[in-house]
Amino acid sequence: MNIIVCLKQVPDADEVKTDPETGRIVREGIKGTVNPFDMFILEEALRLKEQFGGKITLLSMGPKDAIHTLYYGLAVGADEGYLLSDSKFAGSDTLATSYALSCAIKTLGLYDLIMCGIKTTDGDTGQVGANLAELLDIPSVYYVNRILSYQNDFIKVERFLEDRSQILEVHLPCLISIIKGANVPRMPTLEGKIEAEGKQLKILNAFEVNAIEKYCGIEGSPTRVIEIFLPEKRKKGVILKGCREQNITKLIQFLKNKKISIFGMCS
Amino acid sequence: MITIDREKCIGCGECVDVCVFGSISMKDNHPIISDDCRLCGSCAKVCQYNAIEIKREKKKKVTDWRGILIFGEQRDGVILEVVYELLGKGRKLADSINEPLLCVILGKFVAEINKLALYGADEIHYFEDVKLESFNCEIYSNIISNFIKKIKPSIFLIGATSIGRELGPRVAAKLKTGLTADCTGLEVNKEGLLVQTRPAFGGNIMASIICPNSRPQMATVRPKVMKKLEAKEREGKLFNHVVNSELIDSSIKILGEIKFNGQCDINNAEIIVSGGLGVGKKEGFDLLEKLALELNGVIAASRPAVDAGWADPNIQVGMSGKVVQPHLYVACGISGAVQHRVGMETSDVIVAINKDERAPIFDIADFGIVADLYDFIPKFIQNLKNSKAQI
Repeated sequence: MNIIVCLKQVPDADEVKTDPETGRIVREGIKGTVNPFDMFILEEALRLKEQFGGKITLLSMGPKDAIHTLYYGLAVGADEGYLLSDSKFAGSDTLATSYALSCAIKTLGLYDLIMCGIKTTDGDTGQVGANLAELLDIPSVYYVNRILSYQNDFIKVERFLEDRSQILEVHLPCLISIIKGANVPRMPTLEGKIEAEGKQLKILNAFEVNAIEKYCGIEGSPTRVIEIFLPEKRKKGVILKGCREQNITKLIQFLKNKKISIFGMCS
Repeated sequence: MITIDREKCIGCGECVDVCVFGSISMKDNHPIISDDCRLCGSCAKVCQYNAIEIKREKKKKVTDWRGILIFGEQRDGVILEVVYELLGKGRKLADSINEPLLCVILGKFVAEINKLALYGADEIHYFEDVKLESFNCEIYSNIISNFIKKIKPSIFLIGATSIGRELGPRVAAKLKTGLTADCTGLEVNKEGLLVQTRPAFGGNIMASIICPNSRPQMATVRPKVMKKLEAKEREGKLFNHVVNSELIDSSIKILGEIKFNGQCDINNAEIIVSGGLGVGKKEGFDLLEKLALELNGVIAASRPAVDAGWADPNIQVGMSGKVVQPHLYVACGISGAVQHRVGMETSDVIVAINKDERAPIFDIADFGIVADLYDFIPKFIQNLKNSKAQI
């Protein structure tokens, strides 16, 4: 089974801090890391490869230093990595990003399965996967919890919607996203890190993937950010100390005033 | 295109500070814009020397698109609440621009289809087929994008459910149009464009986004963000559509569906009782469960509690978990690091219970209790029982 795993570099959540004065997230000087939601697709791809053989190709898009993200994937066991990086991709929204990725995938050759993280911790849209599947004209299944079987160009998967699970049979090639907690992602070993050094890792530009400029970057992005502003800060509320009866009474009164539904004041 | 006029630029670095994307750095006393610039224009606005210029291409005409379309998501023939909420918002927008409000619904035996009119729809477009009973993204997106090409609505709104989140980008890519996820604000501006406001970087900043040259202007909105209208007699026309057999062909086969019993997803919960590292042990979540039961809510957890194995990853709130927006969020033993706050800061009411009075969670809590949760919560539960008995 040949699998393409799409990875994104995001600001390291463990390092993210807010500026005490403005309340803004400080992004300067923060290291990039693999999007935490991508860990689950990477692990699932490795397990599929262990079971059925084949090749895992990593694909990312971003600034040149996003190469570290690909190194991580190679160190845990992926076979090769490609980073799309070009100033022509600057300002891409989800559609333009998906377009660039689709161009790269078309140049990478045959594949059975594409995997995308459920969302990223920075953009938080979760749109690129389904965008990409559509541009490649292949089926997509989001929120996969388990891959149940793989036989004759079909996979059977279990996926979760809020209130139910669905068992689906999908013809390959297709694109899936894997939910958090579907597996326990492995960590790279020293051996894996050494092996990664010898694996194919290539930076591709727009020209090399035959991307047409008008569909790339800002020009290819239907959406525009027109304004950025700070949300109203939450005001600090009442703070009471201790478990005294009157504190509990006050809290319950407060909840009643806020029309919390358990008191029958809200539908 | 963004350009910096090196003659006008004095290298003050104001633009570096204002860029929330961290895309500007100083080199040789001049700013350098990196590839991840989103052209938001904050730097150009702050530059007193007009040294930064952003060029955008001219607008195309997209005037023949009219009306606001809502995706009428149903499950087992029951229309979801978020649909009525979107109709409420859609009605207001439609009235402000004097355009019709439409709802497209796919399914089989959908009860209460006429309720869509009571909550604001002028036209209900119903595609009924046994193959549309359960969500199949390929089939749904084929039918909807085909329908959109035909009726040309200017705006298309979708509930940000698991289904909407997959359907939205699929339809947007088919129509080569823009889609903004998880909007908290939607307004039509003077130029008639839909201004879509969403939190970015987990609510740390807000971004207003437009889709000037493509149609429809698409957005997803989380459940409970918009308010539904009071039901009232309104004229709504029902159109039954024949499903084109070509569009119903799919490489995805639904083999089975199992409904979860009584389990409520934290994304849809009105009330959440959440536990963090301060809970201290797995059994502590039993106590939170009791409180949740009493409050008629569900439990959630912060990342440290999930990492410790005390709670399921499925209920993790925060940057690497889910973003929730309940009516009430009770944070128990959660310090309130930014990674957690971005997942719950937009809750209507936040109550925090924590031993450490310096915990940052108290900065955003509407009501804070500095106490050991194992002392406080049992008493709180008892009091809740008593006060409910009085009603």
